[in-house]
Amino acid sequence: MADNAFVDLHNVSLAYGEDEERILAVENLNLAIEKGDFVAVVGPSGCGKSSLMKLVTGLLPPTGGTIFVDGRQVTGPIEGVGMAFQSSTLMPWRTTLDNIMLPFEIVKPHKHRLRTNRSEYVAAGERILQSVGLGNFTHKYPWQLSGGMQQRANLCRALIHEPQLLMLDEPFGALDAFTREELWSVMQNLWLEKRFTAVLVTHDLREAAYLSDTVHVMSKRPGQFIFSKKIDIPRPRTLETTFTPQFIDIVHSLREKISNEHEL
Amino acid sequence: MKRKKQLQSLVPWLVTLALFLFWELTCWLFKVPPFVLPRPSLIFTTMYQFRGQIWFHSLQTLFTTIIGFGLAVGGGLLIGLAVGASRIVYTSLYPLLIGFNSIPKVALVPVIVIWFGIGTIPAIITAFSIAFFPIAVNVATGLATIEPEMRDVLRSLGASRYEILTKVGIPRSTPYLFASLKIAITLSFIGSVISETVASNQGIGYLMLSASSRFEVPLVFAGLLVVGAMGIAMYAICVLFEQRMTKWAFRGSELSA
Ligand SMILES: Nc1ncnc2c1ncn2[C@@H]1O[C@H](COP(=O)(O)OP(=O)(O)OP(=O)(O)O)[C@@H](O)[C@H]1O
Ligand SMILES: [Mg+2]
Repeated sequence: MADNAFVDLHNVSLAYGEDEERILAVENLNLAIEKGDFVAVVGPSGCGKSSLMKLVTGLLPPTGGTIFVDGRQVTGPIEGVGMAFQSSTLMPWRTTLDNIMLPFEIVKPHKHRLRTNRSEYVAAGERILQSVGLGNFTHKYPWQLSGGMQQRANLCRALIHEPQLLMLDEPFGALDAFTREELWSVMQNLWLEKRFTAVLVTHDLREAAYLSDTVHVMSKRPGQFIFSKKIDIPRPRTLETTFTPQFIDIVHSLREKISNEHEL
Repeated sequence: MKRKKQLQSLVPWLVTLALFLFWELTCWLFKVPPFVLPRPSLIFTTMYQFRGQIWFHSLQTLFTTIIGFGLAVGGGLLIGLAVGASRIVYTSLYPLLIGFNSIPKVALVPVIVIWFGIGTIPAIITAFSIAFFPIAVNVATGLATIEPEMRDVLRSLGASRYEILTKVGIPRSTPYLFASLKIAITLSFIGSVISETVASNQGIGYLMLSASSRFEVPLVFAGLLVVGAMGIAMYAICVLFEQRMTKWAFRGSELSA
């Protein structure tokens, strides 16, 4: 186990509920993620992937084991993480620009500088929206955007304060195939530019292989990591990459591991 | 499209007019005596005849209603925020609130009179006590229905409870607040008129009670119509505010247009 890993889980377990209703969601999780890596987590539905995200960000305390992020043990919500969920969770009463500026209002040191340096921050917001193709929608409300546009804005909000850790829980799950593949490339570009550490939960194995350096496969509940696959395909990857034999082989081997889990 | 809208805004007036015509005709056809059910034409002439008195008493009722309503908004908002934001406040206060809301407010008026004497103050307090409950409940509901994902996004950024309340909780509950204001303003009228009939020598409630004791039934009905009209007017003002303040909650629906 690497001692200098950015995210480090030691024998982590989590149980929901009490007594008879007690459900063990994950058990004996061990995982190390290097700084600047993009990892994907796949596994059967209900195996505890979302729970893993909440454990790493400190939104839920583990029932057992220890979690370290950036060398510090996680005991409560860790500050300044970027998070994006399947539902876009943009606030309908704010414009797109105001929505993605939210982290500046909460994360230190931005929150103390925001009032005096507002124009500088607005420019940063407009820049990131521009980079995902939402330059003309800054003053529209989220409900005036399409689902794909909302997800783009959602990614912007997760990234605008340049977090060291980005947690993505099926952010492209609700989108059609074309929009999804487009956003893979948007996501990859953002990552290549900033090189944050990213954890992506997904059901889409092609998505996992396209975006990540390593794919970790979880067993069915209680979830454990049973298999890891390094993706040694050079970046930037394109849609063409996904049709190469090497890519297809990787997706096949992942699918096999997961369908084994379903049959058990 | 535009014509359709114009027609739509005309319909309520037409229906009201039709109702009055029907009422007038029925009274005339069946020769209903005016001390049982006066005809609208008689009610309106009475209204004109007693316009000075009615004006004076209406202003009094309007005054106590608005003050009571204002206090209810403040009180309801505070209680709603506290109940919605804190588990402990919720469990300790909610049963009390329900209990208090179940007490018929007429039964409270005599007690208030013992404390404050008759007149303006009991009317204000009754209007307040009847109107704050729906406001408090709605604001608390708005807070309680914040999406857990939205809360998680804020928590993972390191937001404090106070920041979650101001950034999500309060905006999230404004549509609920404004929906409750519409109910609360009509309830306030009920509260102040009830109090005036029991313990006052001013206000529409008092006017109606004294008119009925003199068997001046048309004047009683004139009072009823005035209260109804004031209720509609205040309700309309609340709706206007609602659409202004919470446009996002109506999204693209026809209501916002
Ligand atoms: N709040 C909760 N209370 C009780 N049990 C829960 C709660 N959240 C999740 N669980 C249970 O924990 C297990 C793991 O849930 P989790 O949401 O982490 O799964 P997941 O891998 O994200 O599933 P999916 O792929 O369908 O999103 C599930 O079996 C679920 O029943
Ligand atoms: Mg999940």
